[in-house]
Amino acid sequence: MRIYPASHYTMGGLWVDYNLESTIAGLFVAGEANFSDHGANRLGASALMQGLADGYFVIPYTLGNYLAGTKFEPVTEDHPEARAAKADVENRIKRLLSLNGKRTVMDFHRELGKLMWEYCGMGRTREGLQTALEKIPALRAEFWEDAIVPGVNEELNQSLEYAGRVADFLEIGELMCLDALEREESCGAHFRQEYQTEDGEALRDDVNFSHVAAWEYTGEGTRPNRHIEPLEFEYVALATRSYK
Amino acid sequence: MNLTLHVWRQKDGKSKGQFVKYEAPDISEDMSFLEMLDVVNERLILRREDPIAFDHDCREGICGTCGVVVNGRAHGPRERTTCCQLHMRSFRDGDHVWIEPWRAKAFPVVKDLIVDRGAFDRIIAAGGFISAPTGSAVDANAMPISKENADLAMDAAACIGCGACVAACPNASAMLFTAAKIAQLSLLPQGEPERWIRVKRMVRQMDAEAFGNCTNHGECEAVCPKAVSVDNIARLNRDYIRSSLIAERRVEAAAG
Ligand code: SF4
Ligand code: FES
Repeated sequence: MRIYPASHYTMGGLWVDYNLESTIAGLFVAGEANFSDHGANRLGASALMQGLADGYFVIPYTLGNYLAGTKFEPVTEDHPEARAAKADVENRIKRLLSLNGKRTVMDFHRELGKLMWEYCGMGRTREGLQTALEKIPALRAEFWEDAIVPGVNEELNQSLEYAGRVADFLEIGELMCLDALEREESCGAHFRQEYQTEDGEALRDDVNFSHVAAWEYTGEGTRPNRHIEPLEFEYVALATRSYK
Repeated sequence: MNLTLHVWRQKDGKSKGQFVKYEAPDISEDMSFLEMLDVVNERLILRREDPIAFDHDCREGICGTCGVVVNGRAHGPRERTTCCQLHMRSFRDGDHVWIEPWRAKAFPVVKDLIVDRGAFDRIIAAGGFISAPTGSAVDANAMPISKENADLAMDAAACIGCGACVAACPNASAMLFTAAKIAQLSLLPQGEPERWIRVKRMVRQMDAEAFGNCTNHGECEAVCPKAVSVDNIARLNRDYIRSSLIAERRVEAAAG
């Protein structure tokens, strides 16, 4: 048996309220996609348990309540928003399928994975993150020029599906690096190497970073906006966990 | 190692399929079977050929998504092993490897090695659930369950719904799958309220899906990656007979 270290879970997730409803009315987020039960570490099967707990105990009541208590206007396919969304998807699919370059999608996926592992892993540095933030956009540009996406849209096409995912990963990967760069402290499961105590333990900065942050998408190729919400501790004081 | 693959290629459910031969040189014996297919696909894509479609998800033997017939055996040569967990060291340099999809009327081919196993979902939807109220967890000792039953239920619950049992059965019967899904509930007190109606409904759905009948070949257990025992089929049969002795109306009424 070969045993090797691997990054386990990335923390975060979509913000939801007590009913698991996001800030978009009617959009409920269950299971691991929401932030609610993510702690500083997640062990095997937590994702399953969260899916089960949300699915069994929360969603049947809160979603049912929402549906029963809300009046819906009928929406048809020619609603301008529906038409715009459909056109967007169709364009993206066309764009992906027109790619007929020299590198396979898996090749790009691997390179991105290595960049993330190298520069945005459990231990990261400002320098490394800056490097990644130069390399990922370049890789993304290359993807949209030089990837090969075989097949057609009218049949089952696993290559197209995969290309769509990797295109997304190229965006979220960059955002993760941006977020990691912004957070100048060592917190949770991630270690910014510049921020450590004398004996090598994680060093938090509660003065400047005692907040949660969410990034707002502002369109392709433009820098997203960072929104913060301060964390307030009324009954417990912040402390440092030490196993010593 | 160098292999020669014979892979079933089929454009969609309506087209005719056939085996296509591919040379697969430089395959590492440490790769899983699916990783080997990834490598072959990478090469096909670079040659501007259509990559081989195959199903996969967890790649750690727990989701039941993967599954192809390898050299005539569902999930390949290793016992109790899904093909995502099968390593290429199970093959030898120079081997010819024949790869084809599950073959059963109830599992129509979607493309190449991918079949539609929706029939399994419909069997589950027909009765593979319990009506225990949710809410806060009950006290752990409130419902004593014998160790033996707990173990047997757990063993039945190990079924990952892969469909290898159907693929291996000369009758393409889904008895092992259905039996496992029934036994995991009927062995426990929580499964008791719907016990009789469950078996009736699930068997009825299984028959409606064009699976064949069980004639006790035992091929299913032999290929099952989770070693689900055919004893569960005996449990199913016993419950099924008993359920038909209980008046249908009473059974339906009990199920609400
Ligand atoms: S009984 Fe075994 S072979 Fe059949 S679906 Fe379940 S895990 Fe697969
Ligand atoms: S891919 Fe999940 S069991 Fe093989």
